[in-house]
Amino acid sequence: MAYKIVASQCTSCSACEAECPNVAISEKNGTFVINPKKCTECIGHFDIPQCVAVCPVDDTCIIDTSYPRYQAPA
Amino acid sequence: MDGLVERNVEAAKEDPRSLDEVMQEIAEHKGCGTKGGSGKASCGTGAGQGDMPAEIWEKVKNHPCYSEEAHHHYARMHVAVAPACNIQCNYCNRKYDCANESRPGVVSEKLTPEQAAKKVLAVASTIPQMTVLGIAGPGDPLANPAKTFKTFELISQTAPDIKLCLSTNGLALPEHVDTIQKFNVDHVTITINMVDPEIGAKIYPWIFYNHRRIEGVEAARILSEHQLRGLEMLTERGILCKINSVMIPGINDKHLVEVNKAVKSRGAFLHNIMPLISAPEHGTVFGLTGQRGPTAQELKALQDDCEGEMNMMRHCRQCRADAVGLLGEDRSSEFTTDKIMQMDVKYDLDTRKAYQEKVEGERQAKVEAKQAELATMAGEMSDIKILVAVATKGSGRINEHFGHAKEFQIYELSTSGAKFVGHRRVDLYCQGGFGDEASLETVIRAINDCAAVFVAKIGGCPKNDLLKAGIEPVDQYAMEFIEQSAISYFKDYLQRVKSGEIEHVTRGDADIRQGALINA
Ligand code: SF4
Ligand code: SF4
Ligand code: SF4
Repeated sequence: MAYKIVASQCTSCSACEAECPNVAISEKNGTFVINPKKCTECIGHFDIPQCVAVCPVDDTCIIDTSYPRYQAPA
Repeated sequence: MDGLVERNVEAAKEDPRSLDEVMQEIAEHKGCGTKGGSGKASCGTGAGQGDMPAEIWEKVKNHPCYSEEAHHHYARMHVAVAPACNIQCNYCNRKYDCANESRPGVVSEKLTPEQAAKKVLAVASTIPQMTVLGIAGPGDPLANPAKTFKTFELISQTAPDIKLCLSTNGLALPEHVDTIQKFNVDHVTITINMVDPEIGAKIYPWIFYNHRRIEGVEAARILSEHQLRGLEMLTERGILCKINSVMIPGINDKHLVEVNKAVKSRGAFLHNIMPLISAPEHGTVFGLTGQRGPTAQELKALQDDCEGEMNMMRHCRQCRADAVGLLGEDRSSEFTTDKIMQMDVKYDLDTRKAYQEKVEGERQAKVEAKQAELATMAGEMSDIKILVAVATKGSGRINEHFGHAKEFQIYELSTSGAKFVGHRRVDLYCQGGFGDEASLETVIRAINDCAAVFVAKIGGCPKNDLLKAGIEPVDQYAMEFIEQSAISYFKDYLQRVKSGEIEHVTRGDADIRQGALINA
């Protein structure tokens, strides 16, 4: 799985962009989006997803169940 | 600079006075004060540290955010380049600007560092009064160090005469102090609402630190530690620090006296206590829990309590972060991103200098007029103190129509003169020339603690309503200097009280306007 941003709640503050260890987040048409191909759920970097921890609006960076759980390369 | 300032700077070196007094006296071309001061590199400087006042004065005399007097003649602007934040405040809703430096409920246009630099140059070439650039919210400039410092770099290359300042919540301050020094930033504002983590936990639900979200007392403890350490590091390096505190009744109102002591002992030169502005429609935690802001009297009482300790800043307007202009004026609509990107900007240092010299002449004339008027009051003995409201567009004159005033400046008058004690924002009372009764009431509530209101002009109806409310409308000093007129009015007031013509009554409290400044 990857994380995704609920566009309607995003304030476009950009805080998550700078914190993502995988540079998976970028601005598109005024709000921020996560590239699911790059998101590793922060596994291997931090205990908790950085975007979730820094986002000022609760429940805006959420898990996207349409992707399989990220598997750290063995 | 001219000889006047130099002479006074010399004089200032010799005696220990508070910054406020020094600023006042230099501006007034007056002799030496007697009050002692204390604390390192702060407002009050003890004997032996005599070079501080001159240095601080040099730095702040034209700074509209730090000197009310300067605010009449010089302008500052903020650019919003740093929207990310690393903490959460209960008075903030980040759909809007950072409530620390600005007021909640307003949105500033976000700019890239390149756009911001161009905007600053465009404004500075159009408005020669523009001398200060600040980076404040929305967000925390130091949570966006790359964007913040890039903006500073671009501006200092083209416009070296513009002073740079920034405002921060302090969490990331210690790690950036050296960069701040490198860019020659001469003022840093830190918002410090508490020095007790238990109180902090009621203001800050969480911080983002070391890649973790930390909550509660622990979060407030880390934040407070960083704020105070950052403050110490800056003052050690001779960088001026102002402290902003948001007064939240029932949470930190009494505690702010402690905060005042803590920041003074660490060398802050100015403490600005601002009222919490809170309304449900702002969508902030405090807005939703119904946490109220202080009344004008509560705010003034706290500022008075702290004043013995340190210089208080009473004129902060909590301007919107991208405001452009003098006093309450906002010309930001002339400088939208679209417009500035098309402008062909020529930065002309000489024109700016020439303009600023003219302004210095005006300032001196104003001060001399005030001194002359004050001299005529020598010998008057009375304990009476009154507040008066003044409608002004700047330049230190009573030059605004009652119905056009977006704010009133409040002066306290006594036999020792006229002292600026704050300002009150009001809704535009006159909309397209039609007086509107409901907003007249708002104005009256906002200046209800004043005995008189000085205006350039006023219509018949509002005049009567003001009189009914016990506030004397005064238009006889139209276009005159504020302080000189106020002192002259006060002399007359005392005479009238003495002769029994009027009765001196203690006025009630006044409202602090909630909500954003009209979106100009
Ligand atoms: S969960 Fe981690 S890797 Fe994924 S977008 Fe958020 S910060 Fe980036
Ligand atoms: S931190 Fe949250 S609100 Fe800010 S840009 Fe990212 S998703 Fe949007
Ligand atoms: S520091 Fe400013 S932007 Fe950050 S949460 Fe507090 S008020 Fe909002």
